[in-house]
Amino acid sequence: MSQPQRPLSGSPQRPLSGSPLWEVFVRSRRGLSHTHAGSLHAPDAHMALRNARDLYTRRQEGVSIWVVRAGDVVASSPDEKDAFFDPAGDKPYRHPTFYEVPDEVQHL
Amino acid sequence: MDEQAFTARVTGDDRVEPRDEMPDGYRRTLVRQIAQHAHSEIIGMQPEGNWITRAPSLRRKAILVAKVQDEAGHGLYLYSAAETLGADRDELLDLLHTGRQKYSTIFNYPATSWADVAAIGWLVDGAAIVNQVPLTRCSYGPYARAMVRICKEESFHQRQGFEAMAVLAAGSPAQRRMAQEALDRWWWPALMMFGPSDVDSPNSAQSMAWGIKRFSNDELRQRFVDATVPQAEFLGLVVPDPDLRRDEETGHYRTGQIDWSEFATVMRGDGPCNRERLARRVAAHDDGGWVREAAAAYAAKHAAARAVAA
Repeated sequence: MSQPQRPLSGSPQRPLSGSPLWEVFVRSRRGLSHTHAGSLHAPDAHMALRNARDLYTRRQEGVSIWVVRAGDVVASSPDEKDAFFDPAGDKPYRHPTFYEVPDEVQHL
Repeated sequence: MDEQAFTARVTGDDRVEPRDEMPDGYRRTLVRQIAQHAHSEIIGMQPEGNWITRAPSLRRKAILVAKVQDEAGHGLYLYSAAETLGADRDELLDLLHTGRQKYSTIFNYPATSWADVAAIGWLVDGAAIVNQVPLTRCSYGPYARAMVRICKEESFHQRQGFEAMAVLAAGSPAQRRMAQEALDRWWWPALMMFGPSDVDSPNSAQSMAWGIKRFSNDELRQRFVDATVPQAEFLGLVVPDPDLRRDEETGHYRTGQIDWSEFATVMRGDGPCNRERLARRVAAHDDGGWVREAAAAYAAKHAAARAVAA
């Protein structure tokens, strides 16, 4: 894991007239998890939430919003994607389809 | 960066995400295209924004406010997408404000009557949808995702315009005349929105290979014409093209020659409203400066107070 050179989106190193970049996550309805919706600039968390409401939920797309400063997101690096995710590559026995089930056996 | 491997990857419908390696040309092309698209959205607020105070009813006014707000939103989705490629928001706005990056020529035409507002929704947003739907499958993930959201919202834009046009077309003789004149004004500029024929569009082939563009300008224009001519017929309006014919064999409508010299004139900066649109945008940005400063000062004050408390 590493702090990305450039965050998931944008370049908060040179913010818009002093306003940093925020990543926006929206829960579309109760029972579902928050999903990344996009990003926006805002001077503080409070404004980021209000802007996110106006920008990403104009049509009732959400019942809850998270905003996270883009610079605070820690992401795996795409350069190491193969090595980083390799350990799962040779373990097909973690999937139920790996196992042979006799035809006459039910409910397994 | 192995460009061949990259092209093969995007041809295989694999999507590119922000921090992936990509050819410089791909990044540059996308930043330019997404930025110009974003600029078009926010400049596009102006022709209709002018009519908010003069909308003929509260219903139409509420609809128009929502639509213009959507255009602002579309601009913001797109600027965010451009930033994922390392572009800087302030710099993009600066490129627009100094005329070094363009926006769609269509927004340099004035909305001279209420019927023009209807025609913009029906024709301009209609053409935009035809252009934008294929972009939802663009090889660059953040752009494609922004386009999915935008296309859903544009559909309301087009329908409200068609509805407003239908009301005028079914109204008094004066209203019918307004509707027809608006169609006369907007038909050809709407066809030009798809850009010159691909034969004259040097970047098209590369954009196709990179999976940024899926269909040629002419194909998309044809799609728009085929969809829109029957709609005009339904409204009882006449498409202002004496050469317009339906090709019985293919089922496609064939239009007359587009006047590309007009397109070139508007592109060069000499359309009816180029200077006015840009001046208005720069003024809006400058006039909003104190709001940005106040919000930044407020944020700094509260951050300092929290630091003391902690």
